[in-house]
Amino acid sequence: MFGEILRGLGTTLKYMLRPPVTVQYPDVKRPVRHRFKGRHALKRYDNGLEKCIGCALCAAACPADAIFVEASENTDDERYSPGERFASTYEINMLRCIFCGYCEDACPTQAIVLEKDYELSFYDRASAIYTREMLLDPVPESGADTPQQTPPGVFTRSIPDMEDPR
Amino acid sequence: MTPSALVIRSLIVGFIVSLAVITGFAYTTLFERRILARLQSRVGPNRAGYLPLPARGGKGERRLLGGIMQPAADAVKLFFKEDSTPVQVDKVVYNLAPMLAVIPAILILAVIPWAGEITIFGQEFTPYFAIAPGVNVGVLFILAITSIGVYGVALGGWASNSKYAVLGGIRTAAQMVSYELALGFSLLPPIMLANSMDLGVIVAEQKGLWFVFVQPIAAIIFYIAALAELQRSPFDLLEAEQELSSGFNVEYAGMRFGMFFMAEYMKMISLSAITVVLFFGGYQGPFVDQVPALGFVYMILKIVASLFIMIWVRASLPRFRYDQLMKFGWKVMLPVALANFVVTGVVIILAEEGIIF
Repeated sequence: MFGEILRGLGTTLKYMLRPPVTVQYPDVKRPVRHRFKGRHALKRYDNGLEKCIGCALCAAACPADAIFVEASENTDDERYSPGERFASTYEINMLRCIFCGYCEDACPTQAIVLEKDYELSFYDRASAIYTREMLLDPVPESGADTPQQTPPGVFTRSIPDMEDPR
Repeated sequence: MTPSALVIRSLIVGFIVSLAVITGFAYTTLFERRILARLQSRVGPNRAGYLPLPARGGKGERRLLGGIMQPAADAVKLFFKEDSTPVQVDKVVYNLAPMLAVIPAILILAVIPWAGEITIFGQEFTPYFAIAPGVNVGVLFILAITSIGVYGVALGGWASNSKYAVLGGIRTAAQMVSYELALGFSLLPPIMLANSMDLGVIVAEQKGLWFVFVQPIAAIIFYIAALAELQRSPFDLLEAEQELSSGFNVEYAGMRFGMFFMAEYMKMISLSAITVVLFFGGYQGPFVDQVPALGFVYMILKIVASLFIMIWVRASLPRFRYDQLMKFGWKVMLPVALANFVVTGVVIILAEEGIIF
């Protein structure tokens, strides 16, 4: 019996002499995997127009019913997206979201992408709802912020081409 | 020295030593958490407070002794927690039990010699430095006080009017009775070797050779029985989380729970001190005759080593089952302690009569 006890004691002592496996989280952050699904982001084209055309297919695909989209019409004077409409309201309730990525798959313009940010915490339920402004990517250097004034007759398709519009 | 001066000096020394040990208790919790964490490949509490040091190369800072303020944070948390009293408890006993647990844990310290003959601030401490030096029934005093300690736990369990708590209390009482015998019998060989119950004399006798080398079996049995007496792992049946959720203290909260916690760790320190005094030469060590103050250092180092072994055992061994506990106590510990005690007595008499050695 005592031999086994000593062997057990030896095992724990051996582990004491090894460095701990703990990752000191707020100081040290482990890189996430390539296909990690974290917080969503609404993408923009290179000229700053939003990719989202407000079709609400993401909301339809969402199994947790976490996404709410309200679309409005684009005009050439106030253009948000190259399509016919844009998302004037885009809300994701992060308390409902299960980070399955179906919204990403459903999106016809690849506007919504699940990014790498996983530090989602809030003090109340209201702040769990991420709005369009919080989700939108920053304006790229090559483009301007929306709404943009665009020449008439350029953006005529209700669903734009996939590549960046000129 | 007049008796009144002696009393005043004992009060002052007692106050200082108690405060030192309460601080020691706070840092024992931190020590345990850090060591336990390392034994389990974790880091342990390392956020609350640190000593900043300039980093090598002059960039940023290195953090030394991270978590040094953790005991303070824990104490603040315990004090400000809601201290609710369940409706159906026996109020008087319920409030009394934590104190009954803490007071004996502190009282044990009265007879422990911390250093040899020493002069501090013009005060001469003879024959050794203790709160009550020269108590000629020191070992008996320790046995008596440690037995009182069980009342706090047993009454706390009873007064809580909760099944878990009372089961924990009953287990404690049974366990204490079983292991107190082995504890008592393993205390006897050092007393016989030193021919005194005065802890100071026992330490002085170990000047050449620590009693652990003469009486290894007694030392091991004493240490195991002390672990059982402390209700520490692997004898922590009374607070078996899986069976009793937390045992005797399940109905306690806030600082009253903190006092039970405190009692456990104070007893850890004081029983470590007793182990050191009885078997590991107390304050004895190299150069302690020239510099008596080294006695404090040796004493503390040996106590820390003993605490480390207790924590190490906790991290390694699973808990005893109740029948195993009783079997081990009555069928292994007690007979071995008794045989060891008898053999030691016979050998001592034979040596005195000049038949052997």
